[in-house]
Amino acid sequence: MSGTTENTATESFRQRLARHELRLERDETHALQVNVGLVCNLSCGHCHLEAGPARSEMMARPVMDEVIAAATRLPFAVIDVTGGAPELVPELPYLLRGLAPHTPRLIVRTNLVVLEGERGEPLMELYRDLGVTLVASLPAANQAQTDAQRGAGVWERSMAALTHLNALGYGMPGSPLELDLVSNPSGAFLPPPQLQAQEKFRRDLARRYGVSFHNLYTFANAPLGRFRLFLERSGNLDAYLDKLASGFNPCAVSGVMCRSQLSVDWTGRLYDCDFHLSRGINMGGEERLLRELSELPAPGTAIPAADHCYACTVGAGFT
Amino acid sequence: METYYDPKDLGSFAEIGKDAPELAGKFFDYYNEVFAEGDLTEREKALIALAVAHTVQCPYCIDAYTRACLEKGSHLGEMTEALHVVTAIRGGASLVHGVQMRKIAEKLSL
Repeated sequence: MSGTTENTATESFRQRLARHELRLERDETHALQVNVGLVCNLSCGHCHLEAGPARSEMMARPVMDEVIAAATRLPFAVIDVTGGAPELVPELPYLLRGLAPHTPRLIVRTNLVVLEGERGEPLMELYRDLGVTLVASLPAANQAQTDAQRGAGVWERSMAALTHLNALGYGMPGSPLELDLVSNPSGAFLPPPQLQAQEKFRRDLARRYGVSFHNLYTFANAPLGRFRLFLERSGNLDAYLDKLASGFNPCAVSGVMCRSQLSVDWTGRLYDCDFHLSRGINMGGEERLLRELSELPAPGTAIPAADHCYACTVGAGFT
Repeated sequence: METYYDPKDLGSFAEIGKDAPELAGKFFDYYNEVFAEGDLTEREKALIALAVAHTVQCPYCIDAYTRACLEKGSHLGEMTEALHVVTAIRGGASLVHGVQMRKIAEKLSL
């Protein structure tokens, strides 16, 4: 009830940066996020990409070869494979085997549910054998909020997948097989502070399900895609945009992910981040292909700013 | 329809200090300090506030602390359990006065 915030609903993100004498520009680029397509077995209510079973966008082998070639010629400390559900892309093992030798940290983002059944077993073993870090989506440490965001039954299936991954060594204390969780709020509210949420997730998941993980990351939902439709439909859009803008933290600008990563889509086009990808805002404001990239963008290169960037600068930020 | 309670009024709470700034300042300083992380977490304090908000039946507080509880990582099951705690105390506080009723009745009765 206490505390006053500035009313900022009408101020664009560009204007806000200018008022604080800030510029959105690149630092050293060290990460490549690879979006292999929008096909997914789930239709999560917060998905900025509107991924789902009806989508057909998928990375084919020629583009995978371009990604592997880029990983060979450019020094990416992190390569982060996302989707959609990457596991539904048939050539994913080919891509991972091609990338693993060329980066010290290869990440796959998984929705967990996709790992069940016959498809999942060999993939989990491949992840283990390549030393892939897994970043799994889990919005909450309870069934109600998880199923509300991701669909009925997802909670139980996610717990089963996490149990299976723990049995393989993923997420266990001291294990080099890293298993991290990502929590996005299951509604029109901001995420809790990361360390407090991590402590609660760890306690609740261990106590009730015997599940272990390494790190939890909490991120605000971007007002894009399916989440924006929910905001509009539920009458929460204006209040949510105002909440993001009111919570603008100038100190968070220096740590936003777009300053240090590139994002490439399933066609090989480059963006500054996955949110810009969803809006079709090209890297640096002009269409570029990964295969044409002979060197990483120089520090100081401008990044196009958009109003959804408020989601990355609210509170502690989106790093 | 006009009502005495308007959700937008919550955002104007600070205006209460316009004609008594020192008192308001002391109140808000105290308020913010109370809800800061201490031996209890901010999440636990928000759950207490939500439950008490229901016993004092303050719509502003219910609105504010429902949001605060969600943003501090509580879920509806925990929030509902917190309401039952204060409801049990509130009901119990009525019921335990029945002991007084019984003592008076016994004293008056043959």
